[in-house]
Amino acid sequence: MDMNQPIGTTPLDRDGGLVGRPIDRIDGRLKVTGRAPYAYEVRDLKNPAYGFVVESTIAKGTIRRLDIDAAKRAPGVLLVLTHDNVPEQGEKKEQVFPQLQGTDIRFHGQPIAFVVAETFEQARAAAALVKADYAVDKPQASLREAKPNAVEPKAMQTPPDSKLGDFDGAFAAAPVKLDVEYTTPVQIHAQMEPHATLANWETGPDGERLTLYTANQMLNRGQASLAQVLKLKPENVRLISHYIGGGFGSKLQPQPEATLAALASKSLKRPVKVALTRQQEFHVATHRSDTIQHIRLGADANGRLTAIAHESWSAATPGDGFYETSANVTRALYAAENRITQHRLANLNKPVASAMRAPGEAVGQLAFECAMDELAEQLKLDPVELRIRNEPEQDPEKKVPFSTRQLVACMREGAQRFGWDKRGAVGATRDGQWLVGMGMAAAARLNPLMPSQASVRLNPDGTLTVRMAMTDIGTGTYTILAQIAGEMMGLPVERIRVEIGDTAYPKAAGSGGSFGAGSAGSALYVACDNLRQALLTQSGLNPEGAMFADGRVQSGNRSEALTDLAGAQGIEAKGEIKPGAMKEKFSQHSYGAHFAEVGVDADTGEIQLRRMLGVFTGGRILNQKTARSQALGGMIFGIGAALMEAAEVDTRYGHFVNHDLAEYHVPAHADVPAIDAVFLPELDDKANPLKSKGLGEVSICGAGAALANAVYNATGVRIREYPLTLDKVLDGWDERDGHAQRRT
Amino acid sequence: MKAFAYERPATVQDAARLASERPNARFIAGGTNLLDLMKLQIETPATLIDVNRLPLAEVSDTSDGGLRIGALVRNSDLAAHPRMRQDYAVLGKALLAGASGQLRNKATTAGNLLQRTRCYYFYDTSKPCNKREPGSGCAAIGGFNRIMAVLGASDACIATNPSDMNVAMRVLDATVETMDAQGQSRKIPMAEFHRLPGDTPQIETSLKPGELITAVTLPKPIEGVHLYRKVRDRASYAFATVSVAAIITKGEGGKPRSAKLAFGGLAHKPWRVEAAEAALVETGSADAASERVLEGARGYGSNDFKIPLTRRTLRATVAEALRV
Repeated sequence: MDMNQPIGTTPLDRDGGLVGRPIDRIDGRLKVTGRAPYAYEVRDLKNPAYGFVVESTIAKGTIRRLDIDAAKRAPGVLLVLTHDNVPEQGEKKEQVFPQLQGTDIRFHGQPIAFVVAETFEQARAAAALVKADYAVDKPQASLREAKPNAVEPKAMQTPPDSKLGDFDGAFAAAPVKLDVEYTTPVQIHAQMEPHATLANWETGPDGERLTLYTANQMLNRGQASLAQVLKLKPENVRLISHYIGGGFGSKLQPQPEATLAALASKSLKRPVKVALTRQQEFHVATHRSDTIQHIRLGADANGRLTAIAHESWSAATPGDGFYETSANVTRALYAAENRITQHRLANLNKPVASAMRAPGEAVGQLAFECAMDELAEQLKLDPVELRIRNEPEQDPEKKVPFSTRQLVACMREGAQRFGWDKRGAVGATRDGQWLVGMGMAAAARLNPLMPSQASVRLNPDGTLTVRMAMTDIGTGTYTILAQIAGEMMGLPVERIRVEIGDTAYPKAAGSGGSFGAGSAGSALYVACDNLRQALLTQSGLNPEGAMFADGRVQSGNRSEALTDLAGAQGIEAKGEIKPGAMKEKFSQHSYGAHFAEVGVDADTGEIQLRRMLGVFTGGRILNQKTARSQALGGMIFGIGAALMEAAEVDTRYGHFVNHDLAEYHVPAHADVPAIDAVFLPELDDKANPLKSKGLGEVSICGAGAALANAVYNATGVRIREYPLTLDKVLDGWDERDGHAQRRT
Repeated sequence: MKAFAYERPATVQDAARLASERPNARFIAGGTNLLDLMKLQIETPATLIDVNRLPLAEVSDTSDGGLRIGALVRNSDLAAHPRMRQDYAVLGKALLAGASGQLRNKATTAGNLLQRTRCYYFYDTSKPCNKREPGSGCAAIGGFNRIMAVLGASDACIATNPSDMNVAMRVLDATVETMDAQGQSRKIPMAEFHRLPGDTPQIETSLKPGELITAVTLPKPIEGVHLYRKVRDRASYAFATVSVAAIITKGEGGKPRSAKLAFGGLAHKPWRVEAAEAALVETGSADAASERVLEGARGYGSNDFKIPLTRRTLRATVAEALRV
């Protein structure tokens, strides 16, 4: 099915159906009882060797000499791969780089060797014996210093710049102006499961084949990239990823450990297993770039925006062009006649920057939604009211209608539930030692649909097998697929066998960019619809008014059991979804509104979140429980982004200083008090056949800005440099009190 | 991790003897710090001496009304001991402010005394660090040093002692008891137990090679309001940016009658300045006390904020003590 028109009425529209119910994860029991093997735990291949990545300890320069003699002689060592003996590789594809290419060092943590031994411990011990002698160059690792020379990047799906009307003229003429710079730091995905791969390279009669059990979000994309880099036919590369312990974008593409394990397996003719250590995750795997964002807003006296400019700078590793699309969301969020968005990129000697949960929007809205708060303050307008006054009637840049847009409803519902009307004046609310403040922010995230395929087979025993190369990264994909198939076929979830996470199955979108559930679920919907047609044809039942329920199909006064129709062989059907005209004809986003109340310690500047509410719309909610969990997770990401998350760059060495989870802080339970997420009813018949929209990312968008705005409301200190650590609050107080600035 | 020998001696003296005989030996108890350091090859002991089965896990009253805490008493167990609430609240609070529940269940009293710094550069074997590799330099100076020292540091090292427990032990004037290879026991006052970095930041305590901590003794309870105020970057599982252990009694006119203060997060050892305590009692002014505490303080860039934060935290802590 190509999504060329609104879907119309579907079997999923039935009241009280399976889809949407808050059922427990069907894989939950396996996971909590340790029977869901993650990549590193797979025991399907006998006698694996263990690899350990050796990282560059400089960010720029060349390897003069790599001494691997001691490592090769160490107990249990089977192989030390370096630039001298690495098998030939192809060109980089997307962000999958060929490994161990030459002696050039471009970033700290770049793999320079891969040590393989009989045990993990032996490999790690031997890896420490590899000694590199470098010719060290001074790295360029400061985005601030590189900003003046940043360049226009190559477009990634959307153009880097946009321009409408006459921004300069309108801004100059605006009676109310805001001109501010915000910064966001490097952030780390910090997913629970590290990157891990078990690789097996085999040479058979039909050529070379590679099987990778690996932690990966988008298997078909990974298959294509690795095939190019490893010079294999794509059909001879198989990725298997049944269970994944979080990805948040860090597993969108195979990371160096997967490529290295494959190459080592090729050299050794033996399965090779590898996992990154938590410390290695910071440099060997990807991160979200820091950003500098310049925002200018011009408004009339009533708070109607006349001019919007959002410019963003981010960094990429040398030889890569990934940029943080911070300003993309600004193109569709608020009305204004005159507007500019712009992205610039600096190539720095930093590890590979890539997508992290809501790439672009997450940090874009950290900045922009605070700027809106600043503008509201200037205008003496309620921040909700300011946003309502700038609600566009159609997409302000694409000039097409929104498929659905309930941003205002989200804000109103949230304000009412949260008690927003009780928000005090700046610095006016006190509870003991705590200065108390409330803040809000809007949330928006693009809703994409990706090509995806599925197969379903009705088995003779009346169960249904669903197959696709989809992944479940902890979001609940197994469960919602079972719900969709169950509802379509009139079967309980216990009768649905969801088999995903394997490129041997039909090509699927994978998990990323909030497109997973909608794309894979739609392919499954189409497959089930085709199976329904096949069953109706076979049974001779009148398709008009046919109902699939309780393991039977009924039409008129006839009813057949699915087990009878399945026959001895079962019946299979396939389905496919592709984006179509709806993508261009309508502007599609998920929306939400965040409300946060914080306390700021009047003595120490410590910030503690007191409560938080998110109200979201994402079309049809496929499972209220897993959706809510995902929304809460995004909000907690926002808490981290606002208050603590920052990988600090030491520009002398070009490395992330605090590269472990003791010192790279993500929120602990004690940082997360009563928070809640609710969904407003919505169906989006232009988005996909399920009428759902993406939910994985909208909840992080704007979340941190709500906290930052609450901190301002509590203290009168506007911090434009994330995260909002206590020292910045103290600086703000010092400035207010007329003390000299201590920080430089 | 490098290969190592593992021993599990039956007696305290055997343990101390083994430690003095074997080159590069380390005792291991909870292992909450040492194992991490070994995996990263920051610590590369040739022998691990497992002391977990030694009879050192008792908490008992001393004849003078104090408390003797066995070296192997776990942080969780000590925090839950009835006398922590009754008599040594500052220590109970400090223990519970540290680490996470899981870590406190494993971490021991002696191990916590010997907890090593969390300096980012100490933890990164690819960077210079005089503490890890004497003579290699200090990357924290001129680098990112948010968690580093502002007092008592040297050109060789600006690391801090990360322990919360140690700060409370210092304000309580605890005594560390040890035994050496010859079976000789020794009592080391907390004030003398941890050292400043000077030119030898790799030497962190006054323990002699092979000497085994057997207990920590607290003097009889100190009257007053016991507070432990830890200022941190995350509500749990974060080391102190600044912490204050305080025991204060209220006197006439809203001034303290007595005060004992120790500080964490500021230096290579728990920081205590008796003259500051006297100044507080004399003037009633927390800022007057801070002036004495912060004599010679200097920031290194990203940790500059600790200096004003210390003043603010002490002010708040003293006010709270006098409010109670």
